[in-house]
Amino acid sequence: MVLQVIVATNGPDETQEIGRRLAPGLRHGDVLILRGDLGAGKTCLTQGIGRGLGIEARITSPTFALANQYRATRSSGAGAADESLVLHHLDVYRLDSAAESLDLDLPELQDSGITVVEWGERIMEALGPDYLSISLRYADLADGVLADGADIDAGSFVEDNRRILTVSAHGKGWEQRFSALTRGLEPWLVEGMTR
Amino acid sequence: MSQQSTLESAAENGSNGDTVTIMAIETSCDETSVSVVTASPAPDGSAVPFVLDVRSNVVSSQIDIHAAFGGVVPEVASRAHLEMMEAVTAQAMDEAGLTMGAEPPAVDAVAATCGPGLVGALLVGVSAAKGMALAWDVPYVGVNHMEGHLFATFLERPSIELPMVVLLVSGGHTMIVEVSAPGRYRYLGSTIDDAAGEAFDKVARYLGLGYPGGPLIDRLAREGDRKAIDFPRGLMDDSFDFSFSGMKTAVVNYVRRYPDVSNADVAASFQEAVVDVLVTKTIRAALSVGAKSVCLGGGVAANSRLRERFAEEAGEAGLESLIPDRSFCTDNAAMIAAAAHWRLAADGPSPLDGGADPSLLLPTT
Repeated sequence: MVLQVIVATNGPDETQEIGRRLAPGLRHGDVLILRGDLGAGKTCLTQGIGRGLGIEARITSPTFALANQYRATRSSGAGAADESLVLHHLDVYRLDSAAESLDLDLPELQDSGITVVEWGERIMEALGPDYLSISLRYADLADGVLADGADIDAGSFVEDNRRILTVSAHGKGWEQRFSALTRGLEPWLVEGMTR
Repeated sequence: MSQQSTLESAAENGSNGDTVTIMAIETSCDETSVSVVTASPAPDGSAVPFVLDVRSNVVSSQIDIHAAFGGVVPEVASRAHLEMMEAVTAQAMDEAGLTMGAEPPAVDAVAATCGPGLVGALLVGVSAAKGMALAWDVPYVGVNHMEGHLFATFLERPSIELPMVVLLVSGGHTMIVEVSAPGRYRYLGSTIDDAAGEAFDKVARYLGLGYPGGPLIDRLAREGDRKAIDFPRGLMDDSFDFSFSGMKTAVVNYVRRYPDVSNADVAASFQEAVVDVLVTKTIRAALSVGAKSVCLGGGVAANSRLRERFAEEAGEAGLESLIPDRSFCTDNAAMIAAAAHWRLAADGPSPLDGGADPSLLLPTT
């Protein structure tokens, strides 16, 4: 069984909302690999995940620092004690191989919270076999055509912020969780493309 | 011992005996830099109580190593810092007229950047500084990199009028800070996503220009039309926060739609959009807090269009503007020495067991 859903968003706000809705289903130890070109919305999605986890601090691009850490307190519902979580936000674009990721001490990060890795496909061997993959694409590229074909004057800014997000689970333990994890994405589901 | 030597060297330099000499090391990112700066008392009424004499400021740019990787590779950076440290230190001492022999050199303290930055890279500088401080029996001073950027101003102008508002723009940071006195800082705004320098790097990468992106876009922009494309100005609202992520995406969108567009026009128009936001918000922030002066710092402060418009618009707003020499804007150890002089006088030495903190924040009031 392939655990995969495909959703379409109309802009950064909605991409962030996807992240926010995924957050409640995430657990300590989860690894998320975010793929996508420059400007596809990887950090934007992570900002949404952070908000969904109850992180109040500003989540900024980790490109320079490589790894940022945020503390979250997630409400566990009536009567239950609030859950304390750590979100590790990594950008490994500047690493060329898994060997170069040694300094990041990934096993320690993975054991101590939820780990979101932008450009994670560059260091797959270091991240292990169990992960959630989210790939983000510009919608026009996904369609194979330009969004509207409209004739636009050169010099004016062309805005196409629509994105296609493919969320897929890999490795052990996702079968029981996947539908609950992605249930909140229903409003953005791309018709006929779920499996 | 070292105090005695300092007095002798001060006497040789023809100044009075009331001087302090600090050697500082900066290794927070991709520059290995060592500097020797001597402070003497400033006239009353200066913003800082000393006049700083930069006796050497050696920066060994590691750009050649990193160009092959399209960015700062941290593991490579720490190793490269280690390899550079001895040679850069020797040259900095030599240029400052200090000798490294059986006797300790005429240095009163050794300082190093202890954060923020890449932890492996920071540790190289911190460890080297502590080792020298121990060997020469002088204090060690750990310095906040961002405070160093703020002090770059005082290297050239101890008398600048406070409060001043400083725009710090680099690959890792974009923030507006109010300095009401040395050590008294307030964040007025910062980026909510990408740093400005990061946006330059990413756009340069997308255009296939190479690394580092800032200087390459700056150069290419001179051949382009800055009004060719009207890129959006991110977060042009009343706040002093910045957003560069959407501007970067706008470039990607535009080039995808018009693959034949001239890279020079894209570079010029993108640079203009970034500079527009940076300058507009900084001047507005300065006016809103009643600042007397505005100052630029950080690697992006080397951008020629930013320097031009910053000076122009500060003047129009009736603000004194100070734009440090490019060598004091980009990462350098002289600014770390400057901040170390003030910290040593204000707080005393740092403990030798003090480490490096990759996410160290500027102390704010």
